[in-house]
Amino acid sequence: MNINWRHDVDRVLEEARERRRLVLLDFSAAPM
Amino acid sequence: MKEQAEDFKRLGERFSAQWTPTILELDPDGVERHRIEGFLPADDFLAQLMLGLGHATFKREDWKEAERRFREVLERFPEGDAAPEALYWAGVARYKGSHDAAALEETAKAFARRYTDTSWAKKASIWAKTKV
Repeated sequence: MNINWRHDVDRVLEEARERRRLVLLDFSAAPM
Repeated sequence: MKEQAEDFKRLGERFSAQWTPTILELDPDGVERHRIEGFLPADDFLAQLMLGLGHATFKREDWKEAERRFREVLERFPEGDAAPEALYWAGVARYKGSHDAAALEETAKAFARRYTDTSWAKKASIWAKTKV
């Protein structure tokens, strides 16, 4: 399972819609 | 990393991520299909990711592929916490694709042999054929 991690979330969501791809959204990196 | 912190806050509110780590599996339309909250060891984490793929496939009504994905979780991580959920949904996916009640009965039977003390076994127990 290859995951291509990116930080431009809004663009990723847009591309996922266009390309019909799933998205893994990770909220692990920043403090809450 | 101010920008990331702002994104984190904005997206955290949008997706109701209130704790870290939180991992969401979103379908192509940005709809959440699976949520992992809290740390998990690598194998359990991978099993949860695979479970999420199964759920995303289930939601698009590709029953055969969904069943295959759920069974893959069972085969690769039979002792993991995700396995009972995978067994349950594999049975449901098979039923949805075939409309054969035997798929649910067989799943209930499988739960009588393994994962007996889980909430998923309780949920599947309604599918067991009762003797009259």
